[in-house]
Amino acid sequence: MTERYVVAIDQGTTSTRCIVFDRRGQLVSLAQQEHKQYYPKPGWVEHDAAEIWRNVERLGPEALRRAGATIDQVAAVGIANQRETTVLWDRATGTPIGHAVVWQDTRTDTMVGQLDEAPGADGVRHRSALPLATYFSGPRIRWLLDHHPGVRERAERGEVLFGTMETWLIWNLTGGLHVTDVTNASRTLLLDVHTLDWSPESLAFFGIPRAMLPEIRPSVGDFGTATAAFPGVAIGAALGDQQAALFGQTCFAPGEAKCTYGTGSFLLLNTGSELVRSTHGLLSTVAYQIQGEAAAYALEGSIAITGSLVQWFRDQLELIASAPEIETLARTVTDNGGCYIVPAFSGLYAPYWRSEARGVIVGLTSYITKGHLARAVLEASAWQTREVVDAMNADSGLALSTLRVDGGMTADNLLMQVIADVLDVPVVRPLAAETVSLGAAYGAGLAVGYWPDLEGLRRNWHRAAQWLPTMESAKREIEYANWQRAVSRTFDWIQS
Amino acid sequence: MQSIERAAAVLRLLAGGAGRLSLAEISRSLDLAKGTTHGILQTLRKVGFVEQDRASGHYQLGAAMLRLGTGYLDVNELRSRSINWADPLAARSGEAVRIGTVLEGQVLVVHHVFRPDDTFQTLDVGSLLPMHATALGKALLAYGATPPARLDRFTSRTLISHRELATALRAVREAGWSTDIEEYTPGEASIAAPIRAYGGLVVGAIGISGHVERICDSHYQPRPPLVVNVRDAARAVSRDLGAARR
Repeated sequence: MTERYVVAIDQGTTSTRCIVFDRRGQLVSLAQQEHKQYYPKPGWVEHDAAEIWRNVERLGPEALRRAGATIDQVAAVGIANQRETTVLWDRATGTPIGHAVVWQDTRTDTMVGQLDEAPGADGVRHRSALPLATYFSGPRIRWLLDHHPGVRERAERGEVLFGTMETWLIWNLTGGLHVTDVTNASRTLLLDVHTLDWSPESLAFFGIPRAMLPEIRPSVGDFGTATAAFPGVAIGAALGDQQAALFGQTCFAPGEAKCTYGTGSFLLLNTGSELVRSTHGLLSTVAYQIQGEAAAYALEGSIAITGSLVQWFRDQLELIASAPEIETLARTVTDNGGCYIVPAFSGLYAPYWRSEARGVIVGLTSYITKGHLARAVLEASAWQTREVVDAMNADSGLALSTLRVDGGMTADNLLMQVIADVLDVPVVRPLAAETVSLGAAYGAGLAVGYWPDLEGLRRNWHRAAQWLPTMESAKREIEYANWQRAVSRTFDWIQS
Repeated sequence: MQSIERAAAVLRLLAGGAGRLSLAEISRSLDLAKGTTHGILQTLRKVGFVEQDRASGHYQLGAAMLRLGTGYLDVNELRSRSINWADPLAARSGEAVRIGTVLEGQVLVVHHVFRPDDTFQTLDVGSLLPMHATALGKALLAYGATPPARLDRFTSRTLISHRELATALRAVREAGWSTDIEEYTPGEASIAAPIRAYGGLVVGAIGISGHVERICDSHYQPRPPLVVNVRDAARAVSRDLGAARR
């Protein structure tokens, strides 16, 4: 019998990957390509959607070649994508209208500030279960309609389409199917999280024409058949990357949580078929929906800057040559020397949601070396995790007993140890650090019957590493207090 | 080997010059065609001996050149680049995986994946293993690492004579993989293969270890499917690190 595989497309913030998985959920091959980041103004971040599609077109066949597999051995394709990044394109030509506006982009802050106080804002917040923030797609669509002459009229006629990255990729893969999934739709501010359909009131609030929006489908189900990159293969799943990671970690039961460490970091807790509204600054979001079943919801703690702080340390400060060297540099010292870095580069996300905050480095003395700075960089990720875990414990009324982690930064043993230390719970990495891709693959495989059920997927989960807390509680409390004082120094920096 | 001579001249020029040099300056100074110079510079850039300034396009000595004496691949970088291939090795073999590199005559464990049976296990990243008594160590010794002067005995099967060890290492080079069967811990066996970077340079080793009954067959020899798993993983990491396919 010929081996069959499932392929995941992980369209991330800095790169796109195609990964081939086998029935055990193990990685068979991987092809990856970074794409260009455009920073036209402070606070602006853009991608070229056409470049990203070209990368997918090239990476798909490359991943299969590296696996030694042919296209007929691919049972299904699944997509996981950077969320909230907003693309508009011309329906007739398929050409993007300007660059995609990336989730980290804060150009809409003035507009969002005004909308937040406009009549109807409460209704938007209630229906979407999200705060009005620059983070989400809706305000970006509005901004693009306002700033590209003639586009609004064309959008009303359905000649200009909106999509997040999975919609853009499915459009190109299938030659014109315009669809999204519930998880991505739940990040627009335009979805009614109870009906799981676009809210006419929210669309009116933002002034966004219905005709430009994709059809919403369950995350695991039917997204058409590819005609390009994987011709003839069914696209069985699409999920926002963080929801995909939750799926890949097999957190299928209420109460199960994971944290993915990438460019940003995202802690998601499955709350089952019930939508839990946070009172501590977390987001309520759709976790996934399997076709024919009720949607599962999640509470999410979103941290904007973790891995990207390491990239900043590498590319802008040039203190290290590669991201993993942050650990080497941090290990040249035994503590942070009293130095704290709060990376509020695009404001602070959960649990603060302060868009006017900007980053600080505090506690600088002539004693501080680049080693201390490196340690402060890693500790920033750990303390930010602590803040969202505290919020999650408060919202759910339960104390997290272990943290399941994944993502590229889990290769950093020092970071994982510091996280265990500041949370005071064991940190566990599963036998698949690429859970974003794995979740997309799991979804696609389920949709076509490659895997029979969720229980079968659970059996693939194994513990690959574990870090136990070793920090004394007195020290932990002092450090946490210092961190929180450092955070308070970032507030009110941008004055509007 | 004219090209190596020319590359050496480029490096000397960059080392001796003040600041960064342009392609034109380098080719003029060495009286080489621009195309030839460019080819040499690109190869040197690929291995990290030369860096190109993003703004000006000028060249200078790379960080790898300055670190030539201290080992070239950061251990955390090695872990980060191999983590995706160590996990599948653990899943396919059912055994614990370790990646090791040389540190002062011993094997430094830089990455460890638990045996995937969800039993309690402890991470031993950062611990040191003897070179001559472990498969990881033998894979490193076979391709250039210096054996320790004294070969300590851990079990009755440990190789404690340099002659025996040399014979074993020759066999490792012929086979392309190494093994230790109850040479470090009674009841335990391991299999390892070298991780290569560009030019074939061995920068580490990846291997599995576990109960001797699981690692070895009834003839007390490593099970061939496990050897294939280990070698496949070593090749996958090597390819990611830029080694040519072999």
